[in-house]
Amino acid sequence: MFYREAGDFSTTYPQDSQTFPIRFDRYRYYAVLAVAVVIMPFVMNDYLVNAIFLPFLIYAIAAIGLNILTGYCGQVSLGTGGFMAVGAYACYKLMTAFPDINIFFHVLLAGGITAAVGTAFGLPSLRIKGFYLAVATLAAQFFLVWLFNKVAWFYNYSASGQINAPERTVFGVAVTGPNTEAWATYLFCLVFTVLLALIARNLTRGSIGREWMAIRDMDIAAEIIGVNPLRAKLTAFAVSSFFVGISGALFFAVYLGAVEVGEVFNIQKSFIVLFMIIIGGLGSIFGSFAGAAFLVVLPVVLKLVGVDLLGWPTDIVAHFNLVVVGLLIIVFLIAEPHGLAQLWRVAKEKLRLWPFPH
Amino acid sequence: MPEQFVWGMEVFLNGLMAGVLYALVALGFVLIYKASGIFNYAQGVMALFAALTLVGIMEGQVPFSHLINAIFGTKIHHFGWHAPALLAILGTMAVMVLLAWLVQRLIFRHLVGQEPILLFMATIGLAYLMEGFGDLMWGSEIKKLDVGLPQGINLAIDEFTYNIFDYGFFIDNLDIVATFIAIALVGALVIFSQYTKQGRAMRAVADDHQAALSVGVSLNFIWILVWSVAGFVAMVAGIMWGAKSGVQFSLSLIALKALPVLMLGGFTSIPGAIVGGLIIGVGEKLFEFAIGPMIGGATENWFAYVLALVFLVFRPQGLFGEKIIERV
Repeated sequence: MFYREAGDFSTTYPQDSQTFPIRFDRYRYYAVLAVAVVIMPFVMNDYLVNAIFLPFLIYAIAAIGLNILTGYCGQVSLGTGGFMAVGAYACYKLMTAFPDINIFFHVLLAGGITAAVGTAFGLPSLRIKGFYLAVATLAAQFFLVWLFNKVAWFYNYSASGQINAPERTVFGVAVTGPNTEAWATYLFCLVFTVLLALIARNLTRGSIGREWMAIRDMDIAAEIIGVNPLRAKLTAFAVSSFFVGISGALFFAVYLGAVEVGEVFNIQKSFIVLFMIIIGGLGSIFGSFAGAAFLVVLPVVLKLVGVDLLGWPTDIVAHFNLVVVGLLIIVFLIAEPHGLAQLWRVAKEKLRLWPFPH
Repeated sequence: MPEQFVWGMEVFLNGLMAGVLYALVALGFVLIYKASGIFNYAQGVMALFAALTLVGIMEGQVPFSHLINAIFGTKIHHFGWHAPALLAILGTMAVMVLLAWLVQRLIFRHLVGQEPILLFMATIGLAYLMEGFGDLMWGSEIKKLDVGLPQGINLAIDEFTYNIFDYGFFIDNLDIVATFIAIALVGALVIFSQYTKQGRAMRAVADDHQAALSVGVSLNFIWILVWSVAGFVAMVAGIMWGAKSGVQFSLSLIALKALPVLMLGGFTSIPGAIVGGLIIGVGEKLFEFAIGPMIGGATENWFAYVLALVFLVFRPQGLFGEKIIERV
């Protein structure tokens, strides 16, 4: 009924090529943003922020990053956990080396450093394809985790081998360290998530995004029509690692506060992010959000139902969680390989025609 | 440095033994990949699942006892019998065949003709599913697996090498047994695929699906067969690793170690899996021995992957793999 492009005339080119061409979509986007920025900080408490919102926002960034590489450019990576670790340790080193600079820039710089590392590990992608590449990225995963474990310089020679985020403030409000307020950490992560999603959306709509998709669909054909595979693949690796690095930095500095690299950024982390984009939808920014939300909320719900309602032991619920996630992956791959994002698209198509589908 | 040299030789031998076990896991991958084009990430979890089931049957555990207890408030744990190892192995094999049938029927039948990378992701999902399922069924605590294989230092080799080098080599009996079992297994597989009707059909499917279909080979049956054989290989690997270090979650990570083995050897080659396994096994042990102490040790975690990565850059299809030809 309301979801129509009828009567929505674009008279200029910028209007014609905007992200949300349908008016209803646009308003919905602004409404969600307004709720997230204006209302949510006031209802935020420690439980909500730690159980749902921080992991959701941070995983969403990682999922967008991996989606750029896997969903848009077609290069499967199992090294996400390792690259998140690079972001986390880069952020830690910057935070302790330059305490006077705002944490905001530390996080961005951590992303930049991760981008450089990611590009280096992306170099073999020019020769290796498909699963061979997926397995090759495992080298990044294991090597990087080992490196951060063994080289004491990375954790400032601390006795425990952990890294701990010192307190840092933005506009006088603490966002890292033990004395943070729920709303402050939430807003800090939200700023990054919104900004990066915007960047990702526009990158994928632009010429570089089309190059990525050409490479994904068929790399040889893309090369023949004039896409430079070196440029396309390496930019995909760089941009993707930048996103993943920022999410790793936030994961360490804002969400956990203390990190032991082998526990936090292990191979499971890589798989979780990969699952997010499979369930959410490969090649879709919205899908990255949907998948991240789904896999963050699912264990919370299962725990609520299993432990609190039915009174089962936590380990059984944890095993159930594995079974459910595995089943969902398979069901999605069979029934809807394009994930939640495709369901959303279909729903919107239906809505446009409703109530007269023919 | 004759002393260093002798130690290096011991490390080399131990590496060979470890490599045999890697090759065993890698073999399961190759079988499924050749026949169905599926890169089965769940192979390691299959080994774990098989080992869990084997222990469960031997100890007479009630499946899902934790779950049943949690739901109904009962306190059941064991049937109260101990099965002999051979019987338990047969029982486990039956479970693996059933599993193969279910996997084929419920999952991969619906994914025929999809892109390989989607199939790969489906097997990651399957790995999670089976891991959770195995834990629910048999419990997640570390279990001891003892099917009567000899363990501990082999005294004969110790004495023999002591007489020659003045230094006794430490070689685990279990590793020696594992080597012989692996050789026997490979021999059996070769005989099976060369001289039996089903084995030939399996090779035909591996060569060309459509051509195999047109001469009357049932793809469905062959796929179930292949998954069963892979389940059998996984069970053998599970027994070996389980006897060595207990049945626990880390068993499934061995599958990850098998990946660089495959990349080195090529995904489509059985000899490749074996040679790759030996190279990785020896390489990582020697590297840890020679370079490890200088850079902090525990290099075994990543050496195999980096070696495979460097290798692949120069030879993308692996040592024995079929040449990758790409057409638009």
